[in-house]
Amino acid sequence: MDGNRRYSKQHNLIEGEGHRVGFTSLMSMLKYCYELGVKYVTIYAFSIENFKRSPEEVQSLMDLMEEKIKGLINEESIVNQYGVRVYFIGNLKLLSKPVRLAAERAMDATGKNSRAVLSICIAYTSTDEIFHAVLESCEEKRDKKDEKSVIDVTDIERHMYMGVTPDPDIIIRTSGETRLSNFLLWQSGDCLLYSPPVLWPEIGFRHLVQAVLDFQKHFCYINNQKKIGSEV
Amino acid sequence: MDLVGGPQKILHKISLNDHMILVLLWHILHLIVKVIYFVWEKMRAIESYLIANGIVKTYEDLNLDRVKYLGIVVDSDEARETSKVIELLEWISDIGVKKVCLYDREGVLKKSKEVFLEKFDSMGNSETNQKRQMDFEFVSIVDGKETVAKAANLLYKKYYSDPNSEKPFFTETYLTEALRILGSNEPDPDLILIYGPTRCHLGFPAWRIRYTEMVHMGSLKNKKFGLILKAINKYTKVKQNYGS
Repeated sequence: MDGNRRYSKQHNLIEGEGHRVGFTSLMSMLKYCYELGVKYVTIYAFSIENFKRSPEEVQSLMDLMEEKIKGLINEESIVNQYGVRVYFIGNLKLLSKPVRLAAERAMDATGKNSRAVLSICIAYTSTDEIFHAVLESCEEKRDKKDEKSVIDVTDIERHMYMGVTPDPDIIIRTSGETRLSNFLLWQSGDCLLYSPPVLWPEIGFRHLVQAVLDFQKHFCYINNQKKIGSEV
Repeated sequence: MDLVGGPQKILHKISLNDHMILVLLWHILHLIVKVIYFVWEKMRAIESYLIANGIVKTYEDLNLDRVKYLGIVVDSDEARETSKVIELLEWISDIGVKKVCLYDREGVLKKSKEVFLEKFDSMGNSETNQKRQMDFEFVSIVDGKETVAKAANLLYKKYYSDPNSEKPFFTETYLTEALRILGSNEPDPDLILIYGPTRCHLGFPAWRIRYTEMVHMGSLKNKKFGLILKAINKYTKVKQNYGS
């Protein structure tokens, strides 16, 4: 969801407003996805690298996230409208207590929903996720006390934060940036990468349609690659 | 007279017709998409011609210092055309890139390693200056997830197998170090050019593409020199915040 700050500058908004407009875009995009029948949506809300920003900006983002996470469990929220189960993906220990508690409450409250899944990556980087999964695999092996067993890829994948959803089919990064910036690096091997030049607050239904059409056009090839990937 | 069944049968027929109409519309939509792609490809070919022949000068200034490590991801089926890969590498070498990481999922390029090493001189070998100089790294899918699993076993052996040994405060550098011991000691590519049907990194080792720019270049058989210049030039102008 890249481009909130640029949008803010372009439209001479006060600092932080871009993120609020970005949140509205997010709600629209989620509605479009769930209406189209997309079952799993994952969003990159806050990277561990974003902690490097100024304390004021980090605090303002944390406050916004806490406010919006609490809003998710309201009756009229999109999550209840579409029966969405929410997961918070990342190193949640890095979050401040109020945000972490709000996240845990939201996960509990939506635990019974089963029509769709929303994974919110917060305090997340792919390398931290892989590293964490490796350590958990080592600890699991130590606890099993089975010296003969060898840690394999399935063990690591079982401990990934993103283990709750299948690998994505499409990754959309807005603002025309062509890098993944430490997002779902492990899970994107067979994934179509789509980088429209539009800023996130300006993204619309047509961009989603474009991504889906592109994916459908290459569906056979991508499926074939998945099969090869599981054989190699 | 069937007052209920009649209308129901009509409704059923309408739904079936609707469904067929929707499927037809979907096919028409994809036909339009095919036409748009076709036109776009032709425009890219013209653009490449203009760039390669110096008519469009926008992408002439290549600040190659910024491209320290170029990665090339090739669809494995296309990678079997070794002559096409060599032609691409000759272009890359002519542009001035000296260090390239070659990736394809199944390791086809790894198997043809000798062919590439024979055509190009390693940077360290200054005996002959007749061949183009380029250093290669060959990577395939086994260097990705499986190598991370091997690194996990390495870390286990070193820090977990002895219950009395004290575990350090682990950070990501421990995993990076374990991967380095297993042979993953080259830098992360700055930019990868993807040759294949779609923009997909095809399983390139996850640990190495954190901030790598990924550009889709189309199929290898339709590669265009001008578009490589454009991709590299655009990369040199990218500003990365690295999160901040």
